[in-house]
Amino acid sequence: MDFFTLIQILDATVRLAIPLLLACLAGLFSERAGIFDIGLEGKMLAAAFFSAAIASMTGSVWIGLLAGIAASLFLSGVHGLASITFRGNQLISGVAINFLAAGMTVLIAQSWFSQGGRTPSLSGAERFNPINFPGALTTTNEVKAASPLMQVYSELLSGHSLLVYFALLTVPMTWWLLYRTRFGLRLRAVGENPAAVDTAGVSVVGLRYAAVAICGILCGIAGAYLSTALQAGFVKDMSAGRGFIALAALIFAKWRPWHALYATFLFGLFQALELRPDVIEAVIGMKIQGQFLGALPYIMTVVILAGFVGKAIPPRAGGEPYVKER
Amino acid sequence: MNNATTAPAIELKGISKAFGPVQANKDISIRVMPGTIHGIIGENGAGKSTLMSILYGFYKADKGEIFIGGQKTEIPDSQAAIAAGIGMVFQHFKLVENFTVLENIILGAEDGRLLKPSLAKARKSLLELAAEYELNVDPDALIEEIGVGMQQRVEILKALYRQADILILDEPTGVLTPSEADQLFRILGRLREEGKTIILITHKLREIMEATDTVSVMRRGEMTATVKTEDTSPEKLAELMVGRKVLLQVDKTPPTLGDIVLDVQNLRVVDEQGVERLKSISLNVRAGEILGIAGVAGNGQSELLEVLGGYADGTGSVTLNGEAIDLTGKYSDGKTRRARGIAHVPEDRQREGLIMDYSAWENTAFGYHDDPAYQSGIFINNAAIRQDTEEKMERFDVRPPNPRLSAKNFSGGNQQKIVLAREIERNPDLLLIGQPTRGVDIGAIEFIHQQIVALRDQGKAILLVSVELEEILSLADRVAVMFDGHIMGERAAGETDEKELGLMMAGVET
Repeated sequence: MDFFTLIQILDATVRLAIPLLLACLAGLFSERAGIFDIGLEGKMLAAAFFSAAIASMTGSVWIGLLAGIAASLFLSGVHGLASITFRGNQLISGVAINFLAAGMTVLIAQSWFSQGGRTPSLSGAERFNPINFPGALTTTNEVKAASPLMQVYSELLSGHSLLVYFALLTVPMTWWLLYRTRFGLRLRAVGENPAAVDTAGVSVVGLRYAAVAICGILCGIAGAYLSTALQAGFVKDMSAGRGFIALAALIFAKWRPWHALYATFLFGLFQALELRPDVIEAVIGMKIQGQFLGALPYIMTVVILAGFVGKAIPPRAGGEPYVKER
Repeated sequence: MNNATTAPAIELKGISKAFGPVQANKDISIRVMPGTIHGIIGENGAGKSTLMSILYGFYKADKGEIFIGGQKTEIPDSQAAIAAGIGMVFQHFKLVENFTVLENIILGAEDGRLLKPSLAKARKSLLELAAEYELNVDPDALIEEIGVGMQQRVEILKALYRQADILILDEPTGVLTPSEADQLFRILGRLREEGKTIILITHKLREIMEATDTVSVMRRGEMTATVKTEDTSPEKLAELMVGRKVLLQVDKTPPTLGDIVLDVQNLRVVDEQGVERLKSISLNVRAGEILGIAGVAGNGQSELLEVLGGYADGTGSVTLNGEAIDLTGKYSDGKTRRARGIAHVPEDRQREGLIMDYSAWENTAFGYHDDPAYQSGIFINNAAIRQDTEEKMERFDVRPPNPRLSAKNFSGGNQQKIVLAREIERNPDLLLIGQPTRGVDIGAIEFIHQQIVALRDQGKAILLVSVELEEILSLADRVAVMFDGHIMGERAAGETDEKELGLMMAGVET
């Protein structure tokens, strides 16, 4: 394997890790506030569809992005209503959202575009296009011939869409918000012991809705990234389990922002390798089934949960609706 | 001016609150003077907690007015209560376990959007408060790493940091050792000197007598009396609480000792995390004797009951009437134990003793469901069980005596009577009983204690575990104190006192 192949794989890792990262941070906000959310998948899918559909109709990817965020926020609102206001079961609500999104996206896509449940292909201003840094080389042949440093600059750092750079910024932002602000302190507290927050005179419901809303926004961006940056248009079930891998990454990261970055990039690497069976065979000298790599994030999560590699303790009030006691 | 100094710190006028058909508070009026410790005493369900929840903004009263320092005040939520200078220390602490002391103290009372300045300010005032009230804590310790006594201090500091002038403490000594409790009362005295007003909610008459200036008694949602503490006595207070004369002392004759029924040698229990919970315990109980196990909760008493009761594994030797009992394996379970004559009234009756959603008759059959009297062919004879339950309920004065009612619909005392009836009417050789009167009202305590003593007088062996030292001293013939998984020592009940046992409970050799 030459250096350029390595860079190519890492480049693919970045592109594939970004939606995982956004969804993982989305889940982090929600779960740190005590609301388990297995509906990340459904929210991403809905956002992917609506951002592609609206971008295609209006010709503006930005309006598409807003539509995607709105769709995801709507589903977050449903989840919040069910699990915070009506104190329902958070898992059931999440499952319902996943089913709803899987079915409705295809149904609406067929009714609007009649293209077998897809949106039309997006191009130009309907997509988030790669941003090329000044001086970066753009064609594969040019990059291949350049120095290693230039290869890193042109292939790995440059040439991603705006959302990629934004997603990377959300990691320090999340960390700062959680550990350096009043809002973060309260958010973490409400996921550990809502009664402590309530008796301190702070609204448990308000905090949890805020967390769920942030989760909705981040999922919305993740979904928009799938259909308007990674791909050029929506296809059926395009989230392809990423919401669940993001949840696995969240456990793997033990609900911490920087670790979420590492975990999602690790899982992104697996996905990138899944696409390059030739490289794996060249490196380790034997064939590995792509499906095994696809399953690896889940296998590693089970290992983590079994307590072999440190202990993953979820937020203590997670999954429990808050009921005032006497 | 003169008027302001004499205005009560808190005055409640005509407070009423109903939950559906249950009238939790009926037209309650109370005046708490500033700079005093005011006790509120009453049985479970008397409405003490509801009243305090109204004062702290958790509930809105249906009727009535609240005056703080002479000013009429509306308290729609906890925020308003805090603003009015009221701080509350709940029975179950409201702390975030994996936060530091400092983070817990500023939670909800931060000074701005950023944490850094808030934490710095809180650290400074924490040190001042600590010096002023002798409330030393390590600001950077995690809550989960400090003891309950320390956690309680954090709760008090939380209230003081929010500039509370009125401090409400709900059953504050339930989790403390006697010496920690004494320390708490010293701190409360100190707070009173500084002009703070303290409301102490408790069901322990001794605490009321020792710590308070004034005491109010509640019964069935009503305030039955408010008296100066020095003008009353425990007997009078108990009578006011229950509404009839109560025997505070258990009436019992000296024991008639028989053979050793339960003999435990070198019993060890290691939990799933590999922590040794019981460190080679040896003890015995004779027929006709009550052995009391004293100790602060969490020092191995629960594990002892679990192993003897057959739902945890252990190593060592345990014999019943000289015959060995399996401590592991397939014959080590509750059913086999019961068949051998070991009855068990578990510590946590709502989790281990009853299934709360099941009816009283179903609960009565548990563990004894193979009894031939309960069978009819291959079926269970529900009618027979119901009939049997009804008779048991009558004998044990369970109210209401309706076998079809779910366990959760009975009061704590009546739930305990259902468990007790199930276990002791089987004529066991040994009764294991944990926290027999936790969450049970005074009237029922008297009855339960009488039943335990009556069983002893029938020549049965009884192993009693309780965190209430008073209960141990009044019931047990012999007392063993547990600390950190081993037995600190044994005393004859007549030859020891709370002070000596309290020291042993804290791990001090005496």
